[in-house]
Amino acid sequence: MQDWLNIALPKGRLGEKAYGLLERLGCGCPQMLENNRKLIFENEATHVRCFWAKPSDVAIYVERGAADIGIVGKDILLEYEPDVYELMDLGIGKCSMMVAGLAGTQLTADKTLKVATKFPNIAARYFGGQSREIEVIKLNGSIEIAPLLKLSDVIVDIVETGATLRENNLEVLATIQPISARFIANKAGYKFHYAQIEALLQGLRAILEEKL
Amino acid sequence: MDIRDVTAPAERITMQLCALYAQYGYRKFKLRKFEEYDFYAEYRSFLQTENILIFHDLSGKLMALKPDVTLSIVKNIRDDSPAPQRVYYNENVYRASGGVRAFKEMPQVGLEYIGAVDLYAMGEVLQMAARSLKLIAADYILDISHVGLASGLLGETGLPEHALSGLSACIRAKNVHGMLELCGSYGVEKALQQKLVRLCSLYGACGEVLPALPELDVNAATHAAIAELTAVCEVLRLAGCAGNVRLDFSMLNDLSYYNGVIFQGFLPGIPSAVLSGGRYDSLLERLHKRGGAIGFAVYIGLLERVEEAPAPYDVDTLLLYDETVPLSALLEAVNTLTEGGRSISVQSAQDGGLRPAQTLRITKEGGVCRAGLA
Repeated sequence: MQDWLNIALPKGRLGEKAYGLLERLGCGCPQMLENNRKLIFENEATHVRCFWAKPSDVAIYVERGAADIGIVGKDILLEYEPDVYELMDLGIGKCSMMVAGLAGTQLTADKTLKVATKFPNIAARYFGGQSREIEVIKLNGSIEIAPLLKLSDVIVDIVETGATLRENNLEVLATIQPISARFIANKAGYKFHYAQIEALLQGLRAILEEKL
Repeated sequence: MDIRDVTAPAERITMQLCALYAQYGYRKFKLRKFEEYDFYAEYRSFLQTENILIFHDLSGKLMALKPDVTLSIVKNIRDDSPAPQRVYYNENVYRASGGVRAFKEMPQVGLEYIGAVDLYAMGEVLQMAARSLKLIAADYILDISHVGLASGLLGETGLPEHALSGLSACIRAKNVHGMLELCGSYGVEKALQQKLVRLCSLYGACGEVLPALPELDVNAATHAAIAELTAVCEVLRLAGCAGNVRLDFSMLNDLSYYNGVIFQGFLPGIPSAVLSGGRYDSLLERLHKRGGAIGFAVYIGLLERVEEAPAPYDVDTLLLYDETVPLSALLEAVNTLTEGGRSISVQSAQDGGLRPAQTLRITKEGGVCRAGLA
């Protein structure tokens, strides 16, 4: 009998978009998009089991094998560097990892730069690559407030349209890397579900090519 | 009741693995728990961990709990014999745990073949790896690769070390889109880019993947690697292991440690490789030893999660007695009931938590009957 293929999806808009792609490939699970309190959704016919997870936890579920595959933002992969296969760039959820600060801020090297971010490893790597001394201030949300209240000189965060920055007199000072959703797989799960995962990837490639 | 019933899966598998290696002429190699720190400091590039647990001995010398077994074996093994040295070990190593910032004791069982490594030797060690996995689960997967293929292709790019490390990371993650982006930014020629993409995408049984390898043959290193892989796959086919063997070139392990065939073993339900090994002639060279070497380790700690069907009962017989039963009769009944290795629990009262296959009561006359019966 075919084993269950466990899929971790990030809660929120990105997850719903990604689920839409899976559904088109016949890998949807009934009740997944309904407003209910179920945590895990199963499709008996295809032996697919889906669940929603906090976006930053998707990579952990996949790395630890609780999910065979998952959809996750590149930001999460860059920050946590999980030991997983990154099999496809889905091209959805596009945004950028940016350095931002109050309009007119100069990234001068004359003092230790205070950087507020949800992504301390990305920030440390980026500024480390420029031999810049920084002090990382780890925040968990509303990062844009930090420079406004002088908690930090700059922020490192993902920026989609830049509207929040503009409305708060902030501006992009540097782009670190473009971000989009990635299809990831557990390294052991990939081997034991090879045919199923490759079929999914082929289907996804076909959908993405259709869009181009 | 056999030994399977009284040991945890990991302990039982450890015993079975040691017996398997001994059956093929591997001698047990027992190591002490620590080495002088300087030894590890000198060969740090051969360690698979950044963190070493250190302490001072009574003379003030800096010591380290061993983070690796192979290094100590190679240091201590004799290389003046014309015959190869076959050894196995059952040891603990001490490494930083991935999840929390703490050291962890990690049990490993493994073997090393040190001396002239020919095709038979490679085939034997790979067979040992396959048999080790099969002892635990019939539907195991043994992934095989060859360092020469990736290093030969990466060498053709002519890129500096930091760029190669980025490309290696993409190969390890089967990250084709990232690799193309990186290759594009460094101006790697298109034909070579496609070969690198092919390298990290190929996956499958030997019979499916080997025919595709000539297209990756770009220099002497890749040529030798393909020839050796083809020969090794044939040995494994003859040994009857080919059904569970896959070729996967995204497995790079550590390119500075290994120099030939490398492999990893996977079991259903366990999220990471439970077995890892390969050919490591360069370590012998660094330690001024002659010959080549190939070996592997099984990560016993991961096997605690091997799922087994729960035993239907805890003990073969629960024997109940009371104060009227003569001791001699009770001892005789216990001897009789444990013949042939059957297990017993002798108690004066029923134990609600115990699941016996049968419950017997001994009478004051020394007879045994089913509990509940007069």
